[in-house]
Amino acid sequence: MIRDTTLGSKLWAAAIWFLVGFFVINLFAMIATVVTSSFATRWLGTWLPVGFTTRWYSSAWSEFQLWDVLIVTFQVIAAVVFVSGALGVTAAYALARRDFAGKRLLVLLFLLPLMIPPITFGIPLATVLYQTGLAGTFWGVVAANLVPTVPFVILVMIPFIEQIDPKIEAAARVFGANTFKLFVHVLLPLLLPGILAALLLVLVRTIAMFELTFLVAGPTSQTLVVALYYAVFAAGVRAVQSIDAMAVIYMVTTLVWLIIALRFVNPTQIVTRAKQQPAH
Amino acid sequence: MDALAPTAPVEHGPSLRQRLAARGFDAVTLLVIPAAIFSLLLFVYPFAFGFILSFEPKAGGDWLANYKRFFSDPFLYDTIGNTLRLAIPVTLLNLVLAVPIAFRVRLMRRQRLLTTILVLPITLGTVLVAEGLLNYLGPQGWFNRTLMTFGLISQPLKLVHNYWGVFASLVITGFPFTFLLTLSYVTGIDPALEQAAATLGASAWQRFRHVYLPLLMPGFAITFCLSFVQAFSVFPSAVLLGEPAGITRVISIAAATAAFEEYDYSMASSIAMIMGFVQLAIVVAVLASRGLFYRGPASGAKG
Repeated sequence: MIRDTTLGSKLWAAAIWFLVGFFVINLFAMIATVVTSSFATRWLGTWLPVGFTTRWYSSAWSEFQLWDVLIVTFQVIAAVVFVSGALGVTAAYALARRDFAGKRLLVLLFLLPLMIPPITFGIPLATVLYQTGLAGTFWGVVAANLVPTVPFVILVMIPFIEQIDPKIEAAARVFGANTFKLFVHVLLPLLLPGILAALLLVLVRTIAMFELTFLVAGPTSQTLVVALYYAVFAAGVRAVQSIDAMAVIYMVTTLVWLIIALRFVNPTQIVTRAKQQPAH
Repeated sequence: MDALAPTAPVEHGPSLRQRLAARGFDAVTLLVIPAAIFSLLLFVYPFAFGFILSFEPKAGGDWLANYKRFFSDPFLYDTIGNTLRLAIPVTLLNLVLAVPIAFRVRLMRRQRLLTTILVLPITLGTVLVAEGLLNYLGPQGWFNRTLMTFGLISQPLKLVHNYWGVFASLVITGFPFTFLLTLSYVTGIDPALEQAAATLGASAWQRFRHVYLPLLMPGFAITFCLSFVQAFSVFPSAVLLGEPAGITRVISIAAATAAFEEYDYSMASSIAMIMGFVQLAIVVAVLASRGLFYRGPASGAKG
């Protein structure tokens, strides 16, 4: 490793750590503001609130019908995770194992929904879903959320499948395994860590996926993040603390899954997709 | 088992199945079909549909009427400028901050704690960041209080419901994204190249300018593009933290308004197409300039 010991380089390093520290402090202070406010009785013009209470949680819970919203959220997420796993893993298997004409075009087709921001393709998608009557329903929200998650699973799984030796599958075939047995007894156990990682990332991304859900959700098919948006949008109608209590509930829901996900994946994978596949 | 298995019929050359299998089409290849159909139905078809719909104005008339309306109404065409005025400075700032920090963090042993912290705002999403910043950056928020305590300002700065609120939210969610992408490119370069340059007496700046920068330029170009399209499609924070009727009326607000307040899906599709076109134009311009830089192996034997 190269070590620069001049004064200039030390100053430069200090400046960089100062920037990182500034960013991290502001980030935590922002989160702390939300949490503090959600427990505050009255907080106007002082460093800390006058007193602390937990009543905003019960009022937010009933005002925003959070129980219904949470049930819808988890139903949407479960459906998205299940369908994107089923479609994504099979397609990734074909793409990892076979070379055929048009494969590059197909990979591009799966790459585009990850590169194009959701709001750009979300508006034409919402138009189509409104015309077919799917928008506003549970399955409309699931379908819209699947558009980026299916390609995401495919691109995470391709390198994972590629590093499993095809000879293992050939051996299973020689011993008389049919396709179903091959999948259940050989491929699934080998792929399970990869599938788990991909699906946890899908889960975390779907909880926070605002744009697509916002564009197609109806009153009964809102997820938590969209409900939070409408609450902040209509701020002034409800107490700030009540909205913050809802934000904390949203934060806890997201972070619990993030912590579980981070046991299996590298944090950089949430951003850089298939690039940082760890060697297993 | 029947010992007398029927003899295989005499074949004249390979069958169609064999010929297809030789070109990579067999039962396994067919597994890709469900996902491909899904993508065609929910991604390609809506795009094509939206493109055609944008030429069929709701009010009838000229097939280009939507686009003419967009480019003749300042309330609509100004949204492009508003969005670019936010997206380009934010993307450049994020990249300029991310590069030196990535170079420093690359030397760290325990990067995981920092990357975990930085993944937080991405995971929490723009809506939560907007809600948090509304309090935090507000006139009575901790940010302004701290500055006033240190005597740096005498009046609270106005940081929400204007340009700077949206700017701050784009930095909070955009910087970690840019940084993590940059870090993955920076760590992908063989450190032996830098060591060779150092052995030959190159200073830190020279090593960056003449060794790393040419190798990293393609990666930076892609990072810029991905960060830019994210910033360009800013939506929730522009509504919640900005001034959605004024300076931060970004193009996605115009599209959402057309769709959900005017119920003019034709106009909304036109705006979405214009949004996609502007993103594409910037991305193509950036990627085309990549050709001016070095191309070739950069990872060496490290892989």
